Amino acid sequence: MSTYLDSRSFLRWGWRQLTSMRTALILLLLLGVAAIPGSLFPQRTQNPMQVRQYFIDNPELAPWLDRLKLFEVFSSPWFSAIYLLLFISLIGCVLPRSIDHAKNIFAKPPLTPKYLDRMEHFTEIKKVDLDLVEAYLRKKHYRIRRDSNSISAEKGYLRESGNLLFHLSLVLILIAVGVGSLFGMRGDSIINVGERFVNTPTSYDSVGFGKYQSESTLKPFSITATKFVATYDPATNAPIDYELTVKVAYPFGGTERSEVIKVNQPLSFGSTNVYLQANGYSPTVIVRDKSGKVVFDGPTTFLPQDGNLTSIGSIKVPDMSPQIGFVSSFLPTADRDEIRGGFSSYPEVLDPRLLFAVWKGDLGLNTGVPQSVYRIDTSEMERIGLKALVLNETYDFGEGSITFTGWKSWVNLQIVDDPGKGFALLGAILAILGLLISLFTRQRRVWIKQGRKTQVAGLAKNGIPGLEEEIAALIKGVSNDK
Amino acid sequence: MTSRTAALLSNDLVYASMAIFALAFLAHAIEVAWSVKAPVKGSNKTKLDFNRTARAGRIGSAMMILAFLLLFVGVVLRGISADRVPWGNMYEFSITGALAFTAAYLFVLKKYELRWLGLPVSISVLLTLGTAVTILYVPSAPLVPALKSIWLTIHVSTAIISGGVFLLANCIAAAYLIIEKYEKSTGRPRWAIKLPTLEVLDTLSYRLVALVFPLWTFSVIAGAIWAEAAWGRYWGWDPKETWAFITWVAYAAYLHARVTVGWRGRKAAWLCLFAGSTFLFNYVYINIWGTGKHTYSGL
Ligand code: HEM
Repeated sequence: MSTYLDSRSFLRWGWRQLTSMRTALILLLLLGVAAIPGSLFPQRTQNPMQVRQYFIDNPELAPWLDRLKLFEVFSSPWFSAIYLLLFISLIGCVLPRSIDHAKNIFAKPPLTPKYLDRMEHFTEIKKVDLDLVEAYLRKKHYRIRRDSNSISAEKGYLRESGNLLFHLSLVLILIAVGVGSLFGMRGDSIINVGERFVNTPTSYDSVGFGKYQSESTLKPFSITATKFVATYDPATNAPIDYELTVKVAYPFGGTERSEVIKVNQPLSFGSTNVYLQANGYSPTVIVRDKSGKVVFDGPTTFLPQDGNLTSIGSIKVPDMSPQIGFVSSFLPTADRDEIRGGFSSYPEVLDPRLLFAVWKGDLGLNTGVPQSVYRIDTSEMERIGLKALVLNETYDFGEGSITFTGWKSWVNLQIVDDPGKGFALLGAILAILGLLISLFTRQRRVWIKQGRKTQVAGLAKNGIPGLEEEIAALIKGVSNDK
Repeated sequence: MTSRTAALLSNDLVYASMAIFALAFLAHAIEVAWSVKAPVKGSNKTKLDFNRTARAGRIGSAMMILAFLLLFVGVVLRGISADRVPWGNMYEFSITGALAFTAAYLFVLKKYELRWLGLPVSISVLLTLGTAVTILYVPSAPLVPALKSIWLTIHVSTAIISGGVFLLANCIAAAYLIIEKYEKSTGRPRWAIKLPTLEVLDTLSYRLVALVFPLWTFSVIAGAIWAEAAWGRYWGWDPKETWAFITWVAYAAYLHARVTVGWRGRKAAWLCLFAGSTFLFNYVYINIWGTGKHTYSGL
């Protein structure tokens, strides 16, 4: 029995500690400090490549850092522990205060203290009529408690309301973030201009689902890229504007309408947004075998390497025997120098060139090891040719021929479903509102008591200034000798 | 006016304002230094005569206002020359930030007896502008597509204003710590005689923070809204976002410490300095050495 009581009182003690102001302060500071390593070490979710590089550069240290979850700080147990404790503390603190506050709204101000001369702003003045004081304070929107020989008045309850609103909104934001990660999804798909994207799991190049979101909840829309225009500044080569024109059907097979997607202007289907994230070129080629039969005809996505869209890629032709691969680069505006060799000097296609090395042998497509579409594993292959083609030029490499026929633009569509973001925005707006109310409302009390003389005193919460002038105005306003 | 003339004129005005800030610095330095009179013989008391130098102080303030106006026009012209708001790169952040900082100072100068702050303010502005024109300068140019958004205007302008006020609060907190140290040992030094009392300094830095904390909150939220439109997520723990979060939490902790735990004076001043330095760190470190989506500075 006694241990039961002890553990109960221990729990109660623990709860009081957790919901105390000092703990809240410590947890807040801890949260700030705990976020710091998240910006100093590369993070897996943001920058997996850099994490891999870190492991290569620091083979001794990296596994230890990894054990401490320093490459995924924001989903680590210790970071989660801090913010969960903080929010438990917050709820434990704010809920009781909300209840108190709700009661207080309908209650009268507290009793006038016995000894006013111990309070701040204490003055004694010539006797004045309490009715006059009450009328004055009412006009100033004070709430008033009138006793036989004293008045207790209070103003600024809104401060506490704002403060509670602020803290509760923080909880709303946290819930919204949780909803977004549990019920959301995010994926990428690269399509060439002219192609259609259908929102089913197989259309994605990469896709991730939240715990409670699955393939069946994907919204049924399709997007056909009809035109892509990139505008560049001729003086600096910097991009000025990207504009993707699409035809959209929602649901599948419905009537199509025309839409425009820009970098800061996603396309929305309810909580799902489609973003224009990146773009590049897909050169098109026709490959023929010795007999002249077409074995490959179409675009291949190349990866941009610099601001002028010098792009690299690989064209794989598995339907020839032996198999043929072209390790290649595409220069939209070809240029040469001694150091870099061929490179592009402008991001638009003005003088295109397709450079490649021809490899013969086994492309390794059937080994089961996933392969990059941009690279070729040439370990089992033999190089049989090297060439730079201008538009519509053909090169005969012995086993067959390749013709550089043109190019298409590709765009990377990022598709994100975040059902929590509306709540997060609402939470953010309410938080600011609450903050403004609470920081700019002044809560204060004023007491007036009749004795041989009239006593006046006041109290401002957190020592906020301005009460002195207010009391002076009150005294002036109710004194007879105006 | 062509955009080229506007850009050149803007540069000239920034240089001109630097010259005036330098004069303001001199005037404030004279005010502080010359107020000190030699001790009266046979007594260890020194008396200060401010009348002699009050004029220098007033000239200093006038210079500050003039420099502010020049810089203001310079910043506006920079915006006109690029046909957008003037905060697309580090150079522009810096000159606009210096402008906001001076504005915050002039604002409190009007309300409080704080002319002495002109000394640290003018030297910090000079350093900021000096770095801007030498290291950070880039020719005026249009924005990359990701920066083209109304939220850029809102997010960055509020961040710059918040930053200016945070830094001012930091100056005051630092002054508090220095003067408090003197008062504890040898008494208030001569140059600080005219400064407000410690209590005033303490509340002043608190009030500045309380005043802009909602604005900073708003700025972070505006940034999130912009990120949602541009990158498909409103929060991604990008280094810049992480440090904005750290600054926000640090100032929330500061307000908590003051309002609920009752910290005053030295402890509060240290916390204020800590929070302010996270802001500075974000600005300097992440823009120059950082990685992530926010590095548009072109360095
Ligand atoms: C996510 C964590 C928190 C943040 C970001 C936060 C932020 C703030 C801020 C900025 C203020 C000052 C503005 C105002 O007066 O409204 C404040 C005040 C306050 N907070 Fe928090 N807070 C957090 C958690 C907590 C917790 C856990 C408690 C309770 C243990 C708490 C209780 C209070 C109280 C009592 C005030 C002052 C009310 C007043 O007298 O004005 N807060 N908080």
